[in-house]
Amino acid sequence: MKIINEMKISFPSRSVNESFSRSAVASFAILLDPRMDELSDIRTAVSEAVTNCIVHAYGDSVGTIEITARILEGNIFYIRIKDKGCGIPDIEKALEPMFTTAPEEERAGLGFAVMESFMDKLTVKSKVGVGTTVTMQKKISRR
Amino acid sequence: MSIEIRMNEENLLAKISGELDHHTAAAMRTELDEKINGLNPHKLLLDFSDVSFMDSSGIGFIMGRYKLMKENGGVVEVVNTPRNINKVLKISGLDKIITIGRCKNEDN
Ligand SMILES: Nc1ncnc2c1ncn2[C@@H]1O[C@H](COP(=O)(O)OP(=O)(O)OP(=O)(O)O)[C@@H](O)[C@H]1O
Ligand SMILES: [Mg+2]
Repeated sequence: MKIINEMKISFPSRSVNESFSRSAVASFAILLDPRMDELSDIRTAVSEAVTNCIVHAYGDSVGTIEITARILEGNIFYIRIKDKGCGIPDIEKALEPMFTTAPEEERAGLGFAVMESFMDKLTVKSKVGVGTTVTMQKKISRR
Repeated sequence: MSIEIRMNEENLLAKISGELDHHTAAAMRTELDEKINGLNPHKLLLDFSDVSFMDSSGIGFIMGRYKLMKENGGVVEVVNTPRNINKVLKISGLDKIITIGRCKNEDN
């Protein structure tokens, strides 16, 4: 699909950047003139993916998180969130609602379930010891 | 992000304002749990009317307080949840174990 516009940000995996990154992506998404609820869905989905990089991928260490956001032909918003952290050994299992490897940290295991339900498309690619890339797409209604 | 906590008879009222995510939940958890353990309320009322954002970290936050209150023989109630937060709460199924009261002017 043709790329109409694109932005990239990269930042260290510090938890203060959770709010920064979701706001930055939402500001870019505003160019598509989304409804309030669509924008809120995007903000939440980004927050889930970025928090996963901070909590799971890098854990106690600090690494780089890279976000690419695109506006595609047909009013489609595309987001890719990439880390070079620990990777996910079993993606299918990780995608199951309520599955978490960090219950002691009060994680509900719902991040992927939220991304899946708030966006139209979710793809997770991961390799243990190399990192994880999450891509999501959402069609924004025309008005 | 801020949390305002006060005791009202047997109940502990906690009014949360701002964005509830993994970053902000950490400090709030410490502050709130200290009060819960010190005052041992019968009920914890979490007022969400001024929460502008919440992701699954907020679900973990509510679940964690639910467990602590249960251990102490108490209950948790979440009140005044705005629409965008109801959407996240719905996915969690938390409404099956905790009483959740939505904002009066919200229909979903
Ligand atoms: N970027 C990542 N790197 C490594 N592991 C990950 C990554 N993202 C997710 N995971 C793994 O997938 C599991 C499920 O993720 P999900 O976001 O659904 O739940 P959670 O983060 O454990 O809990 P919650 O999101 O509800 O706080 C995580 O527990 C973790 O093991
Ligand atoms: Mg998560």
